[in-house]
Amino acid sequence: MSTPMLLGARAILAAGVLACLAGPWLFDANSLTVLTEFFIVVTLALMWNLLAGYADIISVGQQGFVGVGAYAFFGFTALLHMSVWAAVPLAALTTLLIAVPVMAVIFRLRTAYLAVGTWVAADVLMLIAGKLPGFGGGSGTSLPIPVVKQFGARLGDRIDMFYALSLGLALIAFLATWALLRSRIGLGLTAMRDNEEAAGSSGVDLVRTRILCFLWTAPFLGLAGVMTALEKLRVAPTASFNITDWTIDIIFIVVIGGIGSLEGPILGAILFFLLRQWLADFGAWYLILLGVISIGVILFEPKGLWGACRRWGFPDILPAGHAPGPGAPERVAGPDAQEAPAARTVG
Amino acid sequence: MVETILNLIVQGVLIGGLYALFALGLSLSLGVMRFVNIAHGDMIVLFSFVLLSLTGVLGWSPFLVALILLPVAFGLGWLLQRFLLQRTVGKGILPILLVTFGLSIIIQNGLLEAYGPNTRKLSGGAIELAALRLGPIDVGVYPLLVFLLAVALIAGLDAFLYRTAIGARIRAVADDPAAADLIGLTSARIYPVAMGVVGITMLVAASCMSVWTNFDPSIGPSRLLAAFEAVVLGGLGSLWGTLIGGVIIGVAQNFGSQIDASWQILAQHLVFLVALVFRPQGLFARS
Amino acid sequence: MTPLLSVEKLNVFYDAFQAVHDVDLTVGEGEIVSIIGANGAGKSSFLKALVRQAGRVTGSARLDGCDLAALSTREIVAKGIALVPEGRKLFPTLTIFENLRIGQELGRKGDIGFEQVYEWFPVLRERRDSRARELSGGQQQMVALGRALLANPRLLLCDEISLGLAPRVVNELYAIIPQVRERGVAVVVVEQDISRSLAVADRFVCFLEGEVSLSGRPADADRDTIMQHYFGGAH
Repeated sequence: MSTPMLLGARAILAAGVLACLAGPWLFDANSLTVLTEFFIVVTLALMWNLLAGYADIISVGQQGFVGVGAYAFFGFTALLHMSVWAAVPLAALTTLLIAVPVMAVIFRLRTAYLAVGTWVAADVLMLIAGKLPGFGGGSGTSLPIPVVKQFGARLGDRIDMFYALSLGLALIAFLATWALLRSRIGLGLTAMRDNEEAAGSSGVDLVRTRILCFLWTAPFLGLAGVMTALEKLRVAPTASFNITDWTIDIIFIVVIGGIGSLEGPILGAILFFLLRQWLADFGAWYLILLGVISIGVILFEPKGLWGACRRWGFPDILPAGHAPGPGAPERVAGPDAQEAPAARTVG
Repeated sequence: MVETILNLIVQGVLIGGLYALFALGLSLSLGVMRFVNIAHGDMIVLFSFVLLSLTGVLGWSPFLVALILLPVAFGLGWLLQRFLLQRTVGKGILPILLVTFGLSIIIQNGLLEAYGPNTRKLSGGAIELAALRLGPIDVGVYPLLVFLLAVALIAGLDAFLYRTAIGARIRAVADDPAAADLIGLTSARIYPVAMGVVGITMLVAASCMSVWTNFDPSIGPSRLLAAFEAVVLGGLGSLWGTLIGGVIIGVAQNFGSQIDASWQILAQHLVFLVALVFRPQGLFARS
Repeated sequence: MTPLLSVEKLNVFYDAFQAVHDVDLTVGEGEIVSIIGANGAGKSSFLKALVRQAGRVTGSARLDGCDLAALSTREIVAKGIALVPEGRKLFPTLTIFENLRIGQELGRKGDIGFEQVYEWFPVLRERRDSRARELSGGQQQMVALGRALLANPRLLLCDEISLGLAPRVVNELYAIIPQVRERGVAVVVVEQDISRSLAVADRFVCFLEGEVSLSGRPADADRDTIMQHYFGGAH
């Protein structure tokens, strides 16, 4: 019944992706800069959603790994004088390596505690970043011109290059996460999203899956961090490890767009950027509004905008997991299935 | 040298009393309702600003105003749980965390709009300057009173939870809300009472903090983290453990602050993380 | 004379799943009714539905003419129905005394007090200050039964009280039931242990897949008929 709708939605998506790919030929420099930021935000939203929507980890410390990526990139290029093209993957690797001990410590905390644990960890990473020699201390420092020039001699070239990099990052983050969710591990993750207790008893190794997801996000967050350093042309503890930009806004985006789907974070990011264009002048009121909306969403439409779309009969444009297609039993169960007390016994 | 270290420890212990006050409400909401209130620190800051406004209008001591506001604080906690947080009960940890997260952002930015970003402090009167000479060190009378207040509040809460019928009901619901519902002890009626008590501890913490230290709309999260660390360090479910946790945080901060301001926080976090590695269940966990 | 409990066309739904279908049942004052049935037959759901703790419930249930649908669990307990839940459901960190006291506070005023419960189960007096989780399974079941009795119910609902316990302990628990009945309390006993259940009951009802498949007096029913309606072989 919804096949034409599905085709239409996929056509719009394909057109959007094509337009993004042709971006440098279609848009002016200002739009490209905004889109560059948009792709960073989409990447961050996809990662936060993977943790919150599937692995049951609420991270309030995502900014920690974003900052590590930015600082690592600065270290490899400005301090160790490596080529930027070597520094980018090395920054991702560094973030992953730092994520391992962080995970080992904070995974001693479970459920609600873990959320605050991620926050403490990010705070520690930020404070350490401010202590590192050569990184400008608490006020940070600019990327050296020669480093920046490696991305293009002219400003216009660099804007195109940053655009291409962040688009590439968002696409890879998206495709890799999609592939993860469609893999065997993803099957377990979807089960976990729908009912953690049942997933645990059906043999999905919750701890290992959680660890995998947590480490999975680290290099992508680190790469997003590299992009933030390039966008701002500097690193600083408060900017590179900014909780509002890299976590709070992202939580709003995913919650409003729809936790636990691939479409939700993207939808949320688009909405966020549109709202921001109109409401940026309202400052604190803008964040208050987002807070009110997201509380409303959690209470009345826990699966966000995309969840509402689904209920109105919208098919999954990007089916994740092993049960693709509309009408799969998983969809029929709807949000109520999760709200049922887990310990309910019958008979 | 010994004197300096002794002084650092004593002052750290005393400020630990303040951290314990921050942490008591969090300890209760974790122990009874099993959730972390992300807005915990922000609600304390909100109470501080309410005290700021009321003392400004009335011209009374902040402690007197706080005393009069105690029923209001209970009522606010009760209403918050009854009409907002209760809607998320039984739906896993995600909704409650995100709702309190949203609340945190709303309070922070609301205070920013209402009061601006400047740091504030309330005057507690002459008592702030009074000091006792104990051997080689000077001890402020006010920090000492706050510490004693923390001890008294913990003793009071302990007695409330373990010696009264309503306290037993709160512990029963904390043990097993589904079992409580089955025998007619409606958990949805008990949770708001517990949150009302949390509200009272928040107001007490706010009044002590606003006289002791500067505050501004953005400091809620750092108060939350300190409170959280104190609770986890002390061990879940142990109010006296929370006091010890607060004291450890206070002492660690004091030693860190000898280097600089960011080491003050770093030392606090590092002590917490190290303790987490070696004793994840906390120092005084009730098994 | 109206029966103490009268249930008509009671249904229990959990989302799309129906656990109990159109069950009718009456229980008179001081009567012991046993509900038997296989695992998953809807027995527990039926008991929980009486105290409004099952999913969605339709149909009518009246206690002494008073419609229970309009009441909360708390009010139903105060009106005189007490449940001994499956799995005991004590509060593990509370003391025995505290567990019992909560039952008393929530219930009706009546003549069953701590002294009476301690007389029935002397071990609870000895261990009144121990935490519930420190007790053996049998002792815990005594606390659960005591907690319900202290509510001075007019109707006591016992859900699988013998589960996982040694026969000697089960005897001790079941020995109380006739004494409770002598005080005019009606008892509904849910058991999988058929012989135990029938031995104590005035009347029995057999559930099969959420419906009443057989009812009668224990003396009138032969074992084969019961078995057929228990496992559904007759259909």
